[in-house]
Amino acid sequence: MKILVCMKQVPQKDAPLKLNESSTWVREDVSYEVNEPDAYALEEALRQKEKHSGEVVVITSGPVRAQQVLREALAKGADRAIHLEDNAFVGLDAFNTAKAFAAAIKDEKFDLIFTGLQSDDYGYAQTGVILAELLGWPHATIIMQIEKTDGGIKVKRELEAGYFQFVDMPLPAVLTIQSGINKLRYATLIGIKQAKNKPLRKVTLAEVQSSIGPNMQKIERLYIPQKTKNTEVLEGPPAEIAKKLVEKLRNEVRVI
Amino acid sequence: MADTILVVVEQREGKLNRVSWETLAAGQALAAETGWTLEAAVVGSDTSTLAAEVAAKKVTKVYAVQSPKLEPYTPDSFSAALKQFITSKQPKLVLMPHTYQVRDFVPSLATAMGRTVISDCIGYKKEGSKLLFTRQMFQGKLAADVSCSCDAPWFVTFQNGAFRGDKVEAGASVAPVETVNVEIADGIVRNKPQEVFKEAKQAVDLTQAEIIVAVGRGIKEQKNIEIAKQLAEALGGEIAASRPICDSGWLPMDRQIGSSGQTVAPKLYLALGISGAIQHIVGMKGARTIIAVNKDSEAPIFEIADFAVVGNLFDVVPPLIEEVKKAKAGT
Repeated sequence: MKILVCMKQVPQKDAPLKLNESSTWVREDVSYEVNEPDAYALEEALRQKEKHSGEVVVITSGPVRAQQVLREALAKGADRAIHLEDNAFVGLDAFNTAKAFAAAIKDEKFDLIFTGLQSDDYGYAQTGVILAELLGWPHATIIMQIEKTDGGIKVKRELEAGYFQFVDMPLPAVLTIQSGINKLRYATLIGIKQAKNKPLRKVTLAEVQSSIGPNMQKIERLYIPQKTKNTEVLEGPPAEIAKKLVEKLRNEVRVI
Repeated sequence: MADTILVVVEQREGKLNRVSWETLAAGQALAAETGWTLEAAVVGSDTSTLAAEVAAKKVTKVYAVQSPKLEPYTPDSFSAALKQFITSKQPKLVLMPHTYQVRDFVPSLATAMGRTVISDCIGYKKEGSKLLFTRQMFQGKLAADVSCSCDAPWFVTFQNGAFRGDKVEAGASVAPVETVNVEIADGIVRNKPQEVFKEAKQAVDLTQAEIIVAVGRGIKEQKNIEIAKQLAEALGGEIAASRPICDSGWLPMDRQIGSSGQTVAPKLYLALGISGAIQHIVGMKGARTIIAVNKDSEAPIFEIADFAVVGNLFDVVPPLIEEVKKAKAGT
């Protein structure tokens, strides 16, 4: 099986975010990490390859810093990487990101494309599904298990409120992967060494420019959300906070 | 022809889900503000009963969009059916609830129509003639006002709990229902879904709990769950967790709160080391009182907390257990 994994670099979970001057995005000077569901998507691709042999290719878009995500993936066992390298990719909407990916892989022949189910920054939860539509492939979302069958694959979809569903589908297909589908591996020292010699193809904005258009949706402004609740902040040493909390629980919340 | 807002409601097992009513309420609010006409559509193999239920609400018209191929749900059939229907009706705005099912097909549908979806919105603003939709970004740390810069129809999905479903206005008279039979050719539907099932019988019904002590990533290690359990026990409540804790196997899956777990509305929700990712918040924001303990002062959980403790949970929880015990003992 030849599997493409779409990965994204996002600001670290606990990183304090600062707005840029036009309040349309965050400033670049934060620490980044791999988008969590994408890490699970990569792990699943590596496990599928170990079972059925084949190739795992990772792709991302973004400035130079985003290459770190690809390097880590190569160190964990991906065979090669594709980097759509330009700052401009950060501002693309899901439709254009999917268009750019489709253009970058037009000469490849994958059996499966995995994405994480959504990103921690935009949170669209759309890029994978749009990519499937652009390629004319079937898709399934929020996947918790993948088995190869005679005619294609059988996947386990997570539904809401603890429900699941198995779906049989043909290949090639796009799947969006849920966090927790597997246990993540760490890169080994030998893997990190080998990653340095693995192929990494760079794609410039110019190469895919003709495939993408103006964004169809626009972030007019980004801001810190207005509080909907009057939050009372309790301060002091822990023992004092504990006393204050119990007083609230007794007199205001009335659960003691 | 007047501009139209179309709300596509969602059913499961012959019942409309709660968030469908919320989206209908959003549609009514938007219709009142824009002066546009509000219509609704129910999609399935036989949706006449549900369409009649929606027709009792304040809407101009309800469509029962039908085909035998729409049962069971597949993204291919829903996308094909709605593409036909929406292309023929040309509404200005199409609203849907941001459910797992809608997430599964609406990006295909919009792409097939050369349009975009503003997904998972929590509200809207009308500024002059411009409609902006508010959505959370960076896991709820920031919010964005987003506009569509393409031609209509504009697709928007609303987050669970963004509007009040019980505020849906009833109609002065029953709206007309029109049945629209859509043709879905053989070969369009590629996926073969099996029956929906539950993994294991849920042993714990957290929806009945009055007090919930929930832990998140901030608990750091499995052995630390113990102090949260002790606090839950002292308070007479249930222990619960955010998704990563259950994924790690530190607590069983039936203790998970959030979109993929249980949705609760207890008297007290005490969140320990939970950052408050959107998927968790939608499962607990209905709690009457929320107390959050987190060392990150910018954690989104504080946006919805009634009482906030910015600090290390390992410093705060042990004395809290003692104080609760003392208070309960009446000393």
